Amino acid sequence: MTAATHRPPATPFVVRRADFPLLAANPDLHYLDSAATSQKPRAVLDAMVHYYSHDNANPHRGAYALSARATERYHDARARVAKFVGVRDVDRLIFTRGTTESLNLVAAAWGRANVGAGDEIVVTALEHHANFVPWQQLALAVGARLRVCGITRDGRVDLDQLRDLAGPKTRVVAFGHVSNAVGTINPVGDIAAIARGVGATVVCDGAQAAPHLPLDIDSLDVDFYAFSGHKMLGPMGCGALVGRRAILDAMPPYQTGGDMIEYVADEASTWNVLPHKFEAGTPNVGDAVGLAAACDYLAALGMDAVRAHERELTALATERLLAVPGVRVYGPPPAERSGVVSFTVGEIHPHDLATILDETGVCVRAGHHCAQPLMRRLDVPATARASFYVYNTEADVDALVAGVERARQLFA
Amino acid sequence: MSTEALYQEIILEHNRKPRNFREMRDADRTVEGRNPLCGDALTLWVKLRDDAIADVSFKGQGCAISKASASLMTAAVKGKSRAEAEALFDKFHKLVLGELPESEHASLGSLRALAGVAKFPLRVKCASLAWHALHSALSSGGSEVSTEREGPEPPPLEGA
Repeated sequence: MTAATHRPPATPFVVRRADFPLLAANPDLHYLDSAATSQKPRAVLDAMVHYYSHDNANPHRGAYALSARATERYHDARARVAKFVGVRDVDRLIFTRGTTESLNLVAAAWGRANVGAGDEIVVTALEHHANFVPWQQLALAVGARLRVCGITRDGRVDLDQLRDLAGPKTRVVAFGHVSNAVGTINPVGDIAAIARGVGATVVCDGAQAAPHLPLDIDSLDVDFYAFSGHKMLGPMGCGALVGRRAILDAMPPYQTGGDMIEYVADEASTWNVLPHKFEAGTPNVGDAVGLAAACDYLAALGMDAVRAHERELTALATERLLAVPGVRVYGPPPAERSGVVSFTVGEIHPHDLATILDETGVCVRAGHHCAQPLMRRLDVPATARASFYVYNTEADVDALVAGVERARQLFA
Repeated sequence: MSTEALYQEIILEHNRKPRNFREMRDADRTVEGRNPLCGDALTLWVKLRDDAIADVSFKGQGCAISKASASLMTAAVKGKSRAEAEALFDKFHKLVLGELPESEHASLGSLRALAGVAKFPLRVKCASLAWHALHSALSSGGSEVSTEREGPEPPPLEGA
């Protein structure tokens, strides 16, 4: 690493590590696993404590002021999250437990009603298991065929192959906006256009995009978009599914029970309007309030600045790791990746590497990253993955590289 | 606990040059050992004569701990009776869980190099993968084993 190769950030970005209680309490911790889950700023924790301390009641039910206030908090949270991800029709944003539940909702409720025997489902080899297994299981259940679009050598969706795979039998094309395992930022517009060309429904897994990229879901030509709150500074257990209104209205519900019904007769029931139709049971208001606070925090930083900051760290880490003999970095060049550096070091197994890094407080993920179809195609059983976020700095990159050097010496 | 204590020279050396790292065409028992979460996978071959382990070998991929442990195990159990091998597994298991009294460590010979694993609960399953495979080979005649339930998390409750 030399001064000449380190460009100043395009957008000034002030890292406020002190905003994050866990990081403030552990000054020697180098948390590089934000692609798995992010740390939480005090503003998010405070918002949740405030909700439970002042506004907590079961929303949509009680005829009393406190319940009305909880209802208002919940609606307000939905509106703020929707605004942050670029959704103007707020009620087409459905709160779920996270991306996994969102994608299972689509595969189960929409899929069972719209995919039949002989139909084809197209996914890509870059997918996280959450956007792979639900489709595989749907295909097995209804007698459809799952087709897996391959990747290029540098870990991008092979668009030529996708054009070949998509055809008149294709009912749905499901793909990730950003790869969790190698960080590839996929061309949503190009993939959606190929799917539209054959009349397929477009499902996008945004779990790794919503936290890291400026996002305007309304301008993306997708039918469903899923994301998780806990990867974007929000609490665990709350995420969302954004669906096209006409499709959500036409499809059957996912779960049934309280809140999601309009009228229940002995023989049959009718469904509530959006978004309640897909939110059976008591909603997770406290976590939704936390997620809204996380969106506010990110909006205040500015997502263009967040992206620029991560891009700098990703480029720096990639460059410095590649200077270490034996290091191999997977995926496209840094500028085309989110804040993810997926790598191996010679013959050192990623789990051994992660254990050695942990000794100096460097937290990285090691393994197949819930993307076994991808690892098979990369022909590597596991990689180590460092992922960056708003609270990371060059010091974290220094610690990562120093740890990798130590591992090399130990295993020399 | 430093990682140097975990990755002792003997472990690094067995990782570099694992013993009995070969296929066995005339094996009596073959077992696949898997650790799906890490991607560790090994095949263990055992040849029995009367009640003793006449030969044992393995191949596969995994971290240094799982590879070195498998290598050390093959060297330790060759020539042992089934009962002796099972007793050794029992003792080894206690060692990596940190439950074996210090005074008994020496009786494990080279295997005690893995004592450091006890301080890294997430790695217990790496160290015991080959042993679970051996146990399966000796008891049930060989089937796939997984060590996903090994380690700090309790196994799921039956019927819960």
